[in-house]
Amino acid sequence: MRIPCPWCGDRPLSEFTYGGDASKARPKNPEKASPEEWVDYVYLRDNPAGKHTEYWHHSGGCRSWLMVTRDTRSHEISRAVLAKPQPGGATS
Amino acid sequence: MRYSLGSIIRNAATGHKHWPKQWREPEPKKAYDIVLVGGGGHGLATAYYLARNHGLTNIAVLEKGYLGNGNIGRNTTIVRSNYLCPENSQFYEHSLKLWEGLSRDLNYNVMLSQRGALVVFHTPAQRDAAIRRGNALRLNGVDAVLLDTAGVKKLAPAIDCSPTARFPVLGGMLQPRGGSVRHDAVAWGFARGADAHGVDIIQNCEVTGFRIEKDRVRGVETSRGSIAAKKVGIVVAGRSSLVGQMAGLRLPIESHVLQCFVTEAIKPVLDTVVSFGAAHFSIVQSDKGGLVFNGDLDGYNSYAQRGNMAVVENVAASAVSFMPCMSRLRLLRHWGGINDMTMDGSPIITKTPVKGLFFNGGWCYGGFKATPASGWTYAHLIANGEPHPLASSYLLERFETGLVINESGTGPLPGTH
Repeated sequence: MRIPCPWCGDRPLSEFTYGGDASKARPKNPEKASPEEWVDYVYLRDNPAGKHTEYWHHSGGCRSWLMVTRDTRSHEISRAVLAKPQPGGATS
Repeated sequence: MRYSLGSIIRNAATGHKHWPKQWREPEPKKAYDIVLVGGGGHGLATAYYLARNHGLTNIAVLEKGYLGNGNIGRNTTIVRSNYLCPENSQFYEHSLKLWEGLSRDLNYNVMLSQRGALVVFHTPAQRDAAIRRGNALRLNGVDAVLLDTAGVKKLAPAIDCSPTARFPVLGGMLQPRGGSVRHDAVAWGFARGADAHGVDIIQNCEVTGFRIEKDRVRGVETSRGSIAAKKVGIVVAGRSSLVGQMAGLRLPIESHVLQCFVTEAIKPVLDTVVSFGAAHFSIVQSDKGGLVFNGDLDGYNSYAQRGNMAVVENVAASAVSFMPCMSRLRLLRHWGGINDMTMDGSPIITKTPVKGLFFNGGWCYGGFKATPASGWTYAHLIANGEPHPLASSYLLERFETGLVINESGTGPLPGTH
């Protein structure tokens, strides 16, 4: 498996560290979020067999955090962009 | 038929042409009291114990492939109960006790070999942790023996115990009652036992949906038609999230791949189960002579039943560092199994918000050794509607109440357990 880093190009898997499901957004208002919202954010996962959006850290390379869309059945990567904080707290 | 020395002699004399089939191949009926989704080790064990312990026999086990094609036939066959957390320790100890009587109970040789399970340590800190674990085990009534370097060398001479090893061995914690089991025989034995009680085992029957009316389960849709059921139990290992989703369940589970390896067969070199302390690596020699071993998870969500080369290299490095005599062995087989990794690394055996629907899964990579106890406690839950005392900590609610059972002490990162 190779991950196309936007800075470094196609690099082997062993240069990267997995950062988990990127579709989960931290509750926007942590002080007021309900316990159910926290359980959902911390524990519950869609775990799809198919396209999965996930974080990867190019820890053995440029050290950028990436957001990668990968098919969990074939490891085919359809999108890899830099993970950047967006206004409002979400990550794109 | 009952297997015995007499039956072997009789069938040997007649050229082994008259052995009856071990289980029937029934057509699915229109309705059952209980439908179990998944005919893996845990599903078959559940069906067997529902019949044996609770007298319930109007049961169908629906398997989308054939018996033994999933994780029950894709593991490293190791059984042990050396868990630190009391909930796990007691559960897995019950499982080990069931393993000890299983061949006789099933009238089927599952080839339990209690050759001992040894976890080696390499640093004083690891030794302290091992001693703490050993003491915890003994307080829970589980056997544990501390070995020094000489003890490890005597037990498993193939391990590099020299002071110049990359990770010098300081000693190990041995569970003498640990060992290995013939994994396929477990599936076949439970299937035969359940079938003999009248359970219908239906292969090549994939569940495609659940019939749920007013928060109560009424049955399942399958590739071979609708089947009505009063109670439905999900027990599908790596596919837990996907099957759960069909019933509207959202689960604290990620699917990850774990790779296993088998070398060519060699003469006996290792007569115990050993785990490396410097990396995730466990190894056992099979009865056929092959060395069977596994490494760490690949570490990212995967439904591909194969892994990546980076982990292969890592596992090979661990193997050669731990047992240098393996360096010239060739691999015969190599495969990946999909593990449903929970957020705390412990399993889930639970009721669900849907009445009559039960869920068993999230076995991480501890599922094989848990097979009998998983079936035993899940059968209790399905039959009585209340959790078995040994599995009362394994409910789904623990992720809401905060009573998670986290052996490794890592956070909600399934790939790290």
